[in-house]
Amino acid sequence: MNQPTPHIGLFIPCYVDQFYPRVGISTLELLEKFGCRVSYPLGQTCCGQPMANAGYERDTEGTARHFIELFKDFDYIVAPSGSCVLHVKEHFPKLPDLEKEHQDIHDKIFELTEFLTDILKVDNLKGKFPHKVGYHASCHGQRGLRLASSSEMNSTPFNKAKSLLENLEGLEWMTLSRTDECCGFGGTFSVTEEALSLRMGRDRLDDHENHEVEILTGGDMSCIMHLQGIASREGRKVKFMHLAEILNQAIQ
Amino acid sequence: MSHPQAATEFLKDQAKAKWHDETLWFVRDKRDRISKTIPEWEELRNLASQIKENVLSKLDVYLEEFERNAQKNGIQVHWAKDAEEHNQIVFSILQKQKCTAIVKSKSILTEECHLNPYLEKNGIEVVDTDLGERIVQFLNQPPSHIVLPAIHLKKGEIAELFHEKLHTEKGNEDPTYLTHAARLHLREKFLKAKVAITGVNFAVVETGEFVVCTNEGNADMGVHLADVHIACMGIEKIIPRRKDLGVFLRLLARSATGQPVTNYNSHFRSPSPGKEIHLILVDNGRTAQLAREKFRNSLKCIRCGACMNTCPIYRRSGGYSYGSTVPGPIGSILSPGLDMKKHSTLPFASTLCGSCSDVCPVKINIHEQLYEWRQEITKTHGELGKGLSMKLANGIFKSPLAYKISGNLMRTALKTLPKSLIYHPINSWGKGRNLPETPKESFKDWYLKNRK
Repeated sequence: MNQPTPHIGLFIPCYVDQFYPRVGISTLELLEKFGCRVSYPLGQTCCGQPMANAGYERDTEGTARHFIELFKDFDYIVAPSGSCVLHVKEHFPKLPDLEKEHQDIHDKIFELTEFLTDILKVDNLKGKFPHKVGYHASCHGQRGLRLASSSEMNSTPFNKAKSLLENLEGLEWMTLSRTDECCGFGGTFSVTEEALSLRMGRDRLDDHENHEVEILTGGDMSCIMHLQGIASREGRKVKFMHLAEILNQAIQ
Repeated sequence: MSHPQAATEFLKDQAKAKWHDETLWFVRDKRDRISKTIPEWEELRNLASQIKENVLSKLDVYLEEFERNAQKNGIQVHWAKDAEEHNQIVFSILQKQKCTAIVKSKSILTEECHLNPYLEKNGIEVVDTDLGERIVQFLNQPPSHIVLPAIHLKKGEIAELFHEKLHTEKGNEDPTYLTHAARLHLREKFLKAKVAITGVNFAVVETGEFVVCTNEGNADMGVHLADVHIACMGIEKIIPRRKDLGVFLRLLARSATGQPVTNYNSHFRSPSPGKEIHLILVDNGRTAQLAREKFRNSLKCIRCGACMNTCPIYRRSGGYSYGSTVPGPIGSILSPGLDMKKHSTLPFASTLCGSCSDVCPVKINIHEQLYEWRQEITKTHGELGKGLSMKLANGIFKSPLAYKISGNLMRTALKTLPKSLIYHPINSWGKGRNLPETPKESFKDWYLKNRK
């Protein structure tokens, strides 16, 4: 057991860096609490997802190349976002000279909760969070990375976020009517299909409110930014926290 | 009208939009529950997908073999390269029969070919005999859903329509009463029609027979009373063996409506003595789609409509918002192949949530194809502005320094600019949503201070 502690590259999505630094801080502190050696490569920018999903994957060669160069030497890459991780894995444009490096990154990049459950094998967390929590499953985490069983499929139910949260003392996991319906963010969808995006967001918020959720959490701040934006405009009571914030706050 | 415009229009009647969402969610939920009573459900989906994979890999061979076997059974086989040719073939058969009134059971293919208006222009009375289709036909509307054609209408609206068309009691919304009135009305039409048109759900290569699935028995009623049966099928409806049907029939009704099986699964193999069966095999863009490697899987579709019921967009924007014969997620990957310009907004009418792919009984990677269509569409129909801003964004994100400067500028701007400018009407984010509060420092700033 004298192997050096694996070196983790912390990937903080651009909008988290700019708008939600506390999510980045929580992710870093949380990983450190589990004894991880974590570095944040300073040159990181955006993974290119907004461009690719808008139909311009071919214009993201530069960002993809930059990402691969920056992160290729880490043992693991961890990000508090299912959506950006999925993009790095599945939607980087083909770069013939970096094919191997991209494949390596594909295999060693993880969304935070899957890194905790699958790599660090965290179970039976000790901590306290006495609140009624509603979980918003981001679609890219849910059906892209398979962080939980999807309601459409006939498979053994599981949920990686739940397996982490449910052990926290006092935490009540509030089950929703529609457990994995999209919130309507969808990147550029949120502005190109504005009316639909808002309707979908309101319906999600209603579901949480109808189930007495006090704190709405999830693994992707993009969904939460959208839901919180609506809730704050409409004066709704529900509060919002990223999973990393809950875990970091609960575990001392 | 683009999808966003049509969706905005649909959402204006909030109560109705909510009802529409909940009605279709009810169907999806029913499908979820029944699919979970079949332990081998996911295996069945795999199997169905693989059978269709095999079919698409040698469709030409299968089609010719099917034709030979069907002809041996006495079926008259016709080939149509497109909608126009399909319509002409139908019309020529009707002329030969001196037939001026026909009954038709549900066929999305004939909708795709716009057969009804074509025949009506040529003096033929066409009566759709599926209850939902008859309802939308009375209203001169196309179906808004491929399995539930009148799902956008509430029973009050149907009661009003039937009062006007079938003289039912005013204000009587009882579904049994209304259905009974439709039965009597349709019975007359059935008895008069010399020719009946049906669609085809499955065409079995080894036996040369084809299978039509309905819940109302209207296909059978029409065919058995008429002298001539015209069946119209897209060339992708092929399955190799009769035993493959067992896989598809178990998946179809459960996926479509949450029923264990469709009420009538009728096999047509040979015409009765003195009668005729004509089968029209229609391409209409299918071989072109087959040649598009990234999109060929879309031809596996068995038209169950599950992707519509599950789609959070479809449920809240209605079938008409898509402006294509097949709406919803599957329509959004089929239609751009037929007319990319007309349907250019459809692949963007999605959050790429992936629910459609997980619900699909033949495992079409629908949301991945939506993503791929976006890449194709922007090559030819990219609006200049979008292209430019994306290039700009790529320029910023490629360079850490440029990103830092623009990020700082953005945060500073959001702090100092007046609200009226941030929430300007042209900024559609701000119409119904607030922006996040701007923190005083970025994560990177914090990291440099605290960890370096």
